[in-house]
Amino acid sequence: MIQHLTFLPILLPMLVGIILLMPPFGRTKTSRRITSVLLSTVSFLVSVALLLNVQANGTQVYAIGDWSAPFGIVLVADPLSTLLVCLTTFLGGVCVLYASAGDDEKGSFFHPLVHFLVLGVNGAFLTGDAFNLFVFFEVLLIASYALLMHGGDKKNTRAALHYVILNLVGSAIFLIALGILYGVLGTLNMADMAQKVALLQGDDVYLVKIGGLLLLVVFALKGALLPLHLWLANTYATAMPVVAALFAIMTKVGVYSMMRIYTLIFGDEAGELSQIAQSWLWWLALATIVMGTIGVLASKDLRKLTANLVIVSVGTLVALVAVQTIESSAAAIYYLVHSTLVTAALFILADLVSRQRGEASDRITAGPPIYQPRLLGFCFLVAGIAVVGMPPLSGFIAKVWLLRETLNAEYSMVFWPVYLLASLAVLVSVTKAGSTVFWHHQGKISQSAEQTRVHPAQLTALIILIACAPLMSIFAGPLSEYAIGAATQLHDFNSNIKLILLGDQ
Amino acid sequence: MELLYASCVGVLVSCGVFLILRSRTFPVVLGLTMFSYAVNLFLFSAGRLSLNKAAVLGYSSEYADPLPQALVLTAIVIGFAMTAFVVILAIRGQADLGNDHVDGQVPDINSDEINDNDKKGNV
Repeated sequence: MIQHLTFLPILLPMLVGIILLMPPFGRTKTSRRITSVLLSTVSFLVSVALLLNVQANGTQVYAIGDWSAPFGIVLVADPLSTLLVCLTTFLGGVCVLYASAGDDEKGSFFHPLVHFLVLGVNGAFLTGDAFNLFVFFEVLLIASYALLMHGGDKKNTRAALHYVILNLVGSAIFLIALGILYGVLGTLNMADMAQKVALLQGDDVYLVKIGGLLLLVVFALKGALLPLHLWLANTYATAMPVVAALFAIMTKVGVYSMMRIYTLIFGDEAGELSQIAQSWLWWLALATIVMGTIGVLASKDLRKLTANLVIVSVGTLVALVAVQTIESSAAAIYYLVHSTLVTAALFILADLVSRQRGEASDRITAGPPIYQPRLLGFCFLVAGIAVVGMPPLSGFIAKVWLLRETLNAEYSMVFWPVYLLASLAVLVSVTKAGSTVFWHHQGKISQSAEQTRVHPAQLTALIILIACAPLMSIFAGPLSEYAIGAATQLHDFNSNIKLILLGDQ
Repeated sequence: MELLYASCVGVLVSCGVFLILRSRTFPVVLGLTMFSYAVNLFLFSAGRLSLNKAAVLGYSSEYADPLPQALVLTAIVIGFAMTAFVVILAIRGQADLGNDHVDGQVPDINSDEINDNDKKGNV
C-alpha cells in the first residue's frame, strides 16, 4: 500500500476536481467551498506523508502499471520533487481558501480548475519520463488558460490570447525536441537518456545537442527567462490576483525542469554534451535580473510590481542552476520555496489593498486611505522585507546563501554587482510603493471600501502565507539541511541511474 | 521517400511559422494548426520510416517501433483540444475587443499609403 503513496499527489487532485463537478458537492457554493478546502487540506497532508516517507526510506520510484523503466513511465519521488509537491499543494490550498471569500463565484468551475492545475504541476514535478513531462505541462497549461480567463475583462482576453498562442508554439517546439531526442536515443526515460547521451558518437552528438537546446527554449518560455519573459508581466497583472498567486508556482516548473534535465541528462557525466546549457543560462539569467529590475522600477501598480519581482526571482534561480554545484542547487531550492510563497503573498495583498482603496485601486499613487491600514500595512511590511531580502526574514537568508555560493563561480565578478544593484533597486521601489500606498492619503475612505473588510477566509489565507517568511527564517537550519540533502541527491548521477533503472536502493 | 517526407515537414513548418507571425487571429490559428501537423509528422518519423513492417511482434520478420505512433496519438489529441480552445478564445477576443487583431486593437498608422492598403484589405 505504502508504495502507492507516490502516485497519490497526482491521483488525489484529479479525483477532487471530478468530485467537485458532481452534483452532491458542486451544487451550492457553500458545499463546493467546504469540500474544496477540506480536500485540498487532505492533498497537502498526503504530500507531507510522502515527504516523510521519502525522508525515512529514501527516494521512491513508482512504475505506473508495473511496467518497469525504461519501457514504462516511472514517477520519481526524490527529496527535491516531494518538497515542491508539498509547496504546490500548500499554495493550492491557501488559494482555494482565499478565493472562498467570493472570488470563486466570479466565473464558473474555479475549484475544479485549481485542483486540475495542482494535478498538472505535481505530475510535472514527479515524473521521470520526458514525454510524460510534456503531457503534464499540457494538463497544467489548459487549467491555467481557463483560470486566467476566470472573472476576466477585456484586457484579460488580450493577455490570455498572447499567453495561449505563445504556449502552443512552446508545446510544438517541446514535441520537436522530444522527437529529435527519441529518434537518436531511442528512449524517453530521463535516467535512460542520461546513460545513452554519454555513449553518443559522430553526428548524433549534434542532433542531441539541438534537441537539448530546443528544450532549453521551451523551459525558458515556461520559466519566463529573457528574451521569452515578455508575456509574464501582462498575464500575471491582468489575471485575478488569487490566480496570479497560484501561478507563482508555474514559472518554477520551468526552472525545475531545467534543473532536472541539465543536471541529470546533460550534467557532468554526459561526455561531449556535458554542460551544454550552462553558458547560455548564466548570461540569460543575468539579463533577466536586469530586465526584471527595470520592470520593477517602472511598475505603476502593485500587481505589475509583483509580476516583475517574479521575473527577478526567475533570473536569480536560473543563475544558481547555471553554477551547477551541490551547494548552489541547495541555495536554489531554498530560494525557490521562499520566492514562491512571498510573491504569492504579495499578489494577495495587492488584491486586498485594491479593494479597500476604492478608485485608486492598487496603483502606486496617492489615493483614499485604506480601510484597515494597520493590518494590511503590517503584512506588507513583512512581505516587503522578505522579498527585498532584508534581515531577519527568509529573503535575507536566501540572499546571503546564494551570494556565498556564487562567489566561486566563473563570472562572480559580474553576478555580484548586478545582483546587489538589482536588490537595491527592488528595495527602493518596494519601499516607495509601500509608503505611497499606505501613507499618502487624498480624500476620504470611499463608501464602497467600508464594505470590504477583510473576510475571515482571506485573513487566514493571508496570515498563513505571510507567516511562512518568519517561519522559514526560524527553521532555516532544518530547511537548509533538507535542501542540501535534496541537492546532493539531484547531483548524484550514479545512484539516480541505479535507482530508476534497476530499482536498486 | 525520406526527401519527400522531410520537405513536406519543412514546408508545413515554414508556412506555419509565417502564418503565426501574422497580425490577425484567424491566420495565427491556421498557422498553429499547420505547425502542429508538421510536428506530428516529425514525431512519427522519429521511429524511422519503413515499409511493410508490423508494429506488433511476431507478424513480420522485422518490426516497426510502436512508440512514436503512441506519441503522435497523444500529441494529436492534445493539439486538437488546444486548437479548439484557441479558436474559442479568438472568437471571444473578437466579441470583447471588437476586432480580430492579436493585440486587441488595430495599430493607428498615419501613413496614407499603408492606410489605403489596410482599407483594401478590410474590404
